[in-house]
Amino acid sequence: MNKRDVIDNQQLHAALTTNKRPTPPNPLNAVFTFAWRALLKVKHQPEQLLDVAALPILFLLMFTYLFGGAIAGSTKEYLQFILPGILVQTVTQITMYTGMELNKDIQKGFFDRQRTLPIWLPSSLIGALLVDSLRYIIASTVMVSFALILGFRPQGGIIGVGLAVALLIIFCFSLSWIWNTLALIMRSEQTLMMTSMMVIFPLTFLSSAFVDPSTMPRFLEGFVKINPISLLVDAVRGLMHGIASGQDVLWVLLSSAILIVIFAPLTMYLYRNKK
Amino acid sequence: MVRAADYAIEAHGLVKKFGDFTAVDGIDLMIEQGSIFGFLGPNGAGKTTTVRMLATLLKPDGGNATVFGYDVSTETKEVRQRISLTGQYASIDEELSGIENLVMIARLMGYARKDARKRAEELLAAFGLTEAAKKQVKNYSGGMRRRLDIAASIVVTPDLLFLDEPTTGLDPRSRNQVWDVVRALTKAGTTVLLTTQYLEEADQLADRIAVINKGKIIAEGTASELKSSVGTGMLHVRLVNSSDREKAETVLSKRLGTVIYESSRDSELRTKVENASVATQALADLEQAGVMVAEFSLGQPSLDEVFLALTAE
Repeated sequence: MNKRDVIDNQQLHAALTTNKRPTPPNPLNAVFTFAWRALLKVKHQPEQLLDVAALPILFLLMFTYLFGGAIAGSTKEYLQFILPGILVQTVTQITMYTGMELNKDIQKGFFDRQRTLPIWLPSSLIGALLVDSLRYIIASTVMVSFALILGFRPQGGIIGVGLAVALLIIFCFSLSWIWNTLALIMRSEQTLMMTSMMVIFPLTFLSSAFVDPSTMPRFLEGFVKINPISLLVDAVRGLMHGIASGQDVLWVLLSSAILIVIFAPLTMYLYRNKK
Repeated sequence: MVRAADYAIEAHGLVKKFGDFTAVDGIDLMIEQGSIFGFLGPNGAGKTTTVRMLATLLKPDGGNATVFGYDVSTETKEVRQRISLTGQYASIDEELSGIENLVMIARLMGYARKDARKRAEELLAAFGLTEAAKKQVKNYSGGMRRRLDIAASIVVTPDLLFLDEPTTGLDPRSRNQVWDVVRALTKAGTTVLLTTQYLEEADQLADRIAVINKGKIIAEGTASELKSSVGTGMLHVRLVNSSDREKAETVLSKRLGTVIYESSRDSELRTKVENASVATQALADLEQAGVMVAEFSLGQPSLDEVFLALTAE
């Protein structure tokens, strides 16, 4: 038998008696520790980055060449219009990572340990959301770079594109709290994923992402105009092409704030009182 | 602030309901500091629910409980600083390696980066996990996982450790290792509340045992108190011919006035006895009746017998 595979009583006793209780970590340190945890998961399973690297390219090619001719007359022209739309669609579709990890933690029992630690409780979710933001940046970079090769010419320049991505990240960070809330209610990752897909898919299609709303029937146009995803797409598109108004941006910031104000406290309430 | 408390845990009339089902039905507990307290009961008896309430993870629907003098429903922060919990399912991140798990917990306890790493390595060495330190936990065996789980619970030595069925599903060697850790913990001054389905485990480890069934504590005391509550002694008789069983039962119950317990073999009889002299008389009666006895013994009942006697009521 391997001698090192046994409990060493002397060492154990030393380990038990020599340590003093440190002061609990401040919220920032706890947030960073949870971000580190999420990064370690990527390290152990790099293939989970596939959807932020490959999916954007796939979507971009599909939509540009499938609809380009029919909708805008030429693919190059359509690309100018659709890139911000596909970007929003792709990135909003990867906002459920933190929620899914939370759901997994609950199933596996790690959640119980987190709740008995002397930490600021939201830090576990905020840390994971920071790493999600990194995913959004990767996905955006991949998609915009590829689009540039295909002929995308943003009039807003690098600053416009940067601001657009920043706004997208803020919105997605806020949107994630809906999935966090659902993660605490739903029984499995699969149901959570299905539900989020059922919300995201229609919302992104029934928006200004792919088609100009003025071409839609009246009842649909009404809905599309108040759809927060449309507001986001309009702002992102406007920033990229240098034609966004302050109001466009403000609407997105406002809807982000509303999402946070409702779903972050709800998440934490459910988090504290789970089972 | 340290509150003076005589007991590590004090609970009065704890109740927890899930819908119509009362999982915990008025539990009282007084657990002395530095002791090992065993919660013994079958699946679904309410052990885990009670532990989760004491560990601030569930709000009681009735009654109250304090941990080192702090209320588990209103002073959760103070309670959480003093306790650690190892649940029935490993409370560690399976996708991370052993060392990553411990460093993460140490960081969340407030250790600086370097100290966290040092502490993690120290614990891995103490638990015989140094070689597996860099492997993902999902590739660990059940015993290794359980050891890592307990290591994670003592990154900061807690004043009170809850161990919820710590050896369920473990092989005997791993089980003995877990027992060693529990003993080492109490030597370091930690109070341990452990739940188990195994009577032997409670007998081996616990200073005091509470037998819990259907949400109620049906008996409490030291292992020997529990054993003597069932009877001062237990007479075991093995017959040469199992066909004599009926005759032997009649003779024994006539002399002793007790119930003969059922057993898996017809040739074996077990019953309570008041004292040794009655037992010898009973054996003499058997011989007179022509029942041949292959073997007999007189001793304290095992906890198994106590448990069966208590839960049968």
